Amino acid sequence: MGPSINPSARPSTKKDPVDTLFSVVTAVSSLSILVLVVGILIVLVSESSLAIRKFGIIEFLSSTEWNPVRETFGAASTLYGTLVTTVLSLIIAIPVAIGIAVFVTEIAPNFLKGPIGIAIELLAAIPSIIYGMWGLFTLAPIMSTYIEPALQQTLGTLPVFSLLFEGTPMGIDLLTASIILSIMIIPFTASISRDAFNLTPEVVKESAYALGATQWEVVKNIVIPYSKLGVFGGIVLSMGRAIGETMAVAFVLGNNHQITSSLLDAAATITVSLANEFSEADSDIYLSSLFYLALVLFVLSFITLFIAKIFLIRAERKYSR
Amino acid sequence: MNHEKKRKVEGFIALLLSTLAAIFGLFWLVFILGDVLVHGIGALKLSLFMNDPAPAGVEGGGLRNAFIGHLMITAFATIIGVPVGVLGGTFLAEYARGRNISRIISILADIMVSVPSIIIGTFIYAIVVKPIGHFSGWAGAFALAIIMIPVVLRTTEDMLSLVPWTLREAAFALGAPYYKVIVQVVYRGAATGIFTGILLSIARVAGETAPLLFTAFNNSFFSVNMNGPMPSLTVSVFQYAMGPYDSWHEQAWAASLIITLFILFITITGRLLLKWRYKR
Repeated sequence: MGPSINPSARPSTKKDPVDTLFSVVTAVSSLSILVLVVGILIVLVSESSLAIRKFGIIEFLSSTEWNPVRETFGAASTLYGTLVTTVLSLIIAIPVAIGIAVFVTEIAPNFLKGPIGIAIELLAAIPSIIYGMWGLFTLAPIMSTYIEPALQQTLGTLPVFSLLFEGTPMGIDLLTASIILSIMIIPFTASISRDAFNLTPEVVKESAYALGATQWEVVKNIVIPYSKLGVFGGIVLSMGRAIGETMAVAFVLGNNHQITSSLLDAAATITVSLANEFSEADSDIYLSSLFYLALVLFVLSFITLFIAKIFLIRAERKYSR
Repeated sequence: MNHEKKRKVEGFIALLLSTLAAIFGLFWLVFILGDVLVHGIGALKLSLFMNDPAPAGVEGGGLRNAFIGHLMITAFATIIGVPVGVLGGTFLAEYARGRNISRIISILADIMVSVPSIIIGTFIYAIVVKPIGHFSGWAGAFALAIIMIPVVLRTTEDMLSLVPWTLREAAFALGAPYYKVIVQVVYRGAATGIFTGILLSIARVAGETAPLLFTAFNNSFFSVNMNGPMPSLTVSVFQYAMGPYDSWHEQAWAASLIITLFILFITITGRLLLKWRYKR
């Protein structure tokens, strides 16, 4: 906010009735956001109340059984799937995204900076269903014929890692889903990191160069420490996106409610179960349990996104000083 | 000397790695777009736009119904979502500028932009589909509108904030009431920015699938009845790609190509508009 903004400069003496009307209409429109957030929470809680009463909170979250026939439902297997795909995709995406941000801000010649920035943002604009379909028809076969057997023969022969790469590689599994997710979240992390890097004052960087620092030392010791709040906010934001991504993983995860140590097994996430089962739920308790899953997802992603927002706000305050 | 060499080598390796990271990122973009292009162009046929779906396994079906349905759902979502978003953003940037309520709603809107879209689908299912008793195009349009509102609201707020305050003061000094200042001065100054925000929000919802799965659902017949289940391109792509027939897969690729080109076109147009207007 600039210094020229002075609320007292608003005309406050003479109240025009049209002006009052306009201000009320705009106020109601902006309150729709508040109504939505609270409304979603209330509706999800009331719709899942049947399942909450039957399964409780701790029990629901810790039970691995998801059995529509016996009408017992627990969220542990889908939570596990969400956790594994999110963590794995972040492990792949974070280094790549930060690398891209370093390249775009520090290394790339000026004429390349714009186009590469736009290209990365286009990657973010591609709808998730395209990623999903591409994953099913193109990436999954590549994974099952080349990459997964190769992983089994190399990392899979090591003592602990063998647990991660058990089973027949089918391409429809946690690993493929995580790779697609990582491709999807790279642009978010990269563009926020780039914006954060760009805010490092030139003077500070030039001082470091004057002391004889190499380009990498400037990035490592000046730019990254200076912008770590923003970068961290970008990472948490990407995490929020990964938790809630649906279509990109729905094609290649198999919706199999199980907890498995192998990354080459089919699994389910909260979002994938919702996408596959919601319109097929044939009993009240089944539908209510799915609403319960949606509620867990809403709370989880809301908290994550809120944390991300706090980091980004703090980063913004720091830079604007 | 040795130490200096080590620093140089370390720097070289780090910069090489980040260059490779950028190439890695571009590689996926080219791979995915190229793949959609190759498969999609091969499957593009006039029948795709002219015919409705044929019974499973029969050749010659198209997705005319899904094209029309998708256009209608997106158009109604825009008609509902854009005014609410623009007016809401106006309140935050003008009447409530600098107040706490403005900051809180702004943060909540930012969070809502990233809230999983499938949750919006379950929400609309509970408040629209369940009480009425059947899936409908309206439910789909409402779901997409809810996704659009926070996007449009935040860009409008940002764009209005970019209009210099002195411009408003000049209009106040002429005796104009605030609403006239907003409509005739501030909106004009921010028109390109707001328009871009609307474009980008359309690009955002045009590719959504998850919120339509259990709101608009699907319909294998041609329908312009917003009160009944309505087909959309994205849900059709999901159904066809997961289905067993090769002709379905081909149509799914062709539809994906159309969706992707449409969204990339809007996104690039929006970026160029912003660049041209604000010359960043």
